[in-house]
Amino acid sequence: MTALEARVTTRRGGFTLDVAVEVAPGEVVAVLGANGSGKSTLLGTLAGLHAPEHARITLGGRVLTDTAARFAVPAHRRRVGLLSQQALLFPHLTARDNVAFGPRCAGRGRRAARAAAEERLADVGLGELAERRPSELSGGQAQRVAIARALAVEPELLLLDEPFAALDVDAAPAVRSVLRRVVRQTGQTTLLVTHDVVDAVVLADRLVVLADGAVVEEGPTAEVLARPRSAFAARVAGLDLVGGAASAAGLTTPEGATVHGRASEELADGEPAVAVFPPSAVAVHRKHPEGSPRNVLPVRLAALEPRGEVVRLRAAAAPGGPGWVEGLAADVTPAAVAELGVEPGDELWFAVKATEVAVHPRRR
Amino acid sequence: MRTRRGGATTLALPWPVWVPAVVGFGLIAVPVAGLVLRTNWADFGALITTPAALDALWLSLQTGLVSTALCLLLGTPLALVLARSDLPGLAVLRSIVLLPLVLPPVVGGLTLLFLLGRTGPIGQLLDAWFGITVPFSTEAVVLAQTFVAMPFLVVSLEGALRTAGERYEVVAATLGAPPLTALRRVTLPVVLPGLVSGSVLAFARALGEFGATIAFAGNLQGTTQTLPLLIYIQSQNDLDGAVAMSLVLVVVAVLVIVATRTRDVSGVR
Repeated sequence: MTALEARVTTRRGGFTLDVAVEVAPGEVVAVLGANGSGKSTLLGTLAGLHAPEHARITLGGRVLTDTAARFAVPAHRRRVGLLSQQALLFPHLTARDNVAFGPRCAGRGRRAARAAAEERLADVGLGELAERRPSELSGGQAQRVAIARALAVEPELLLLDEPFAALDVDAAPAVRSVLRRVVRQTGQTTLLVTHDVVDAVVLADRLVVLADGAVVEEGPTAEVLARPRSAFAARVAGLDLVGGAASAAGLTTPEGATVHGRASEELADGEPAVAVFPPSAVAVHRKHPEGSPRNVLPVRLAALEPRGEVVRLRAAAAPGGPGWVEGLAADVTPAAVAELGVEPGDELWFAVKATEVAVHPRRR
Repeated sequence: MRTRRGGATTLALPWPVWVPAVVGFGLIAVPVAGLVLRTNWADFGALITTPAALDALWLSLQTGLVSTALCLLLGTPLALVLARSDLPGLAVLRSIVLLPLVLPPVVGGLTLLFLLGRTGPIGQLLDAWFGITVPFSTEAVVLAQTFVAMPFLVVSLEGALRTAGERYEVVAATLGAPPLTALRRVTLPVVLPGLVSGSVLAFARALGEFGATIAFAGNLQGTTQTLPLLIYIQSQNDLDGAVAMSLVLVVVAVLVIVATRTRDVSGVR
């Protein structure tokens, strides 16, 4: 059973987009790709804003686009919502009237639409700002109103186009948290497009990796990110991820080990979570290091991958050590590699400071 | 650096800007001030309340408002087509729309006369089928004013539409708004400042219209003699009356600009 089924082939700018995407009802799928990989073209095509060359798109059994039959449902009748980087709140309407706009278009009465808008605003924690004009809202608040507005029409499919990219670093986690909560609460079928792995980790059940207009990899988010099979996915992922459950110290792995870190937002103990840190934050030692790093992990060196300025050391489980370190990466300079004199098969210690580890909630 | 009111700092303007700026301002302001000095204040009240003056003022305001309404009715869709459609030959279409801006108004009036005059191709038909004669009527005044004023509205509105872009319409569509709803509830409110300033320009242009009016509508008191026409006629024999009525026209124009400028800036916050 699928909600969205889309096969799209279209030329745009300098490349050809050629993808097939499916989304199950209530599922959140993230499309991960670098800038110019065709993500926005895909969303525009699904929303009915671009006319593709060849495409067949169905949503809940309804045909939205079928170029073979020269058929396309106009954007306003697709029941496909779109939330983009910019909130794009209508500047002449209050927050409430922005949210009420969709229900009004759907034929709801003024009073009913306003009541629905107030509920949606309360859902995103902005019940008190209903009377504000967009110019009186911060970037994060405006994006939360935009979320409420997109959900108020109860779209069959919600498209998210880098919804946090334009927000400043402080505002993004809170907005992401709100979006995660409302999407989960409503069981909203969602297709998210992003270049930020964290967005995918926090929001998505399944991940589709797009490169040069084609799908290079797809599967459950955690699986794809932990064991990227394509070089591209590995580069896009580019982060160390450890899955587990949130705890006071940071995160507890399924084996019961603790990864120390900071929660990016308030997390209940035991809530599914993922610890994320950049490979550049990992120090590599021959002997168990002394001093401050809270996370010191025994590993066996699986591989050395040269990557421009640095060498990436890829970890495997050390004999008798924890299994979950498999696949973790550490970026060190070639000089450090020479100094350590490491070779694949060596037993090493990976050390990461707790301040470098961010613990995010995980979709499942 | 200097500090503006409100604390915002701004770079000082280079000095060569100031001299021509002052001369330019003087070129506009000094003649108007001269008008005030030249006014015969003792008889001012009597001069501007002669039956001819009152008729002309009333006619000017009426025809100016009707022309502005016509400009809005026809010019708004025209600006939408120019800004949003992908018709072939849009550039040519735009040049034609802007023609009245560069054409001497009297030429515009003559072209209207050739078209709608009793012997003109359309005027003949109107006369034969409906017994309607357009030239030298109040309707002709309105047509002449609309002809010269519409480009001001179209240019101003097209600019506003292009600046706003299509992004709000895209959002409206994804929220389920049919095109007409999006136009009514999103596009037009978003470009309201452009619509207001365009209407003001059109009204001001209609109010001051002379050449096209005298060529197409003539100069009949109470029917086609607008304020500018009366001022011109008066200036031939009664300079005091002409000056007094000029001042009235200046005051009306300034009032219109002031009233709408303040709204224009703070219109959509």
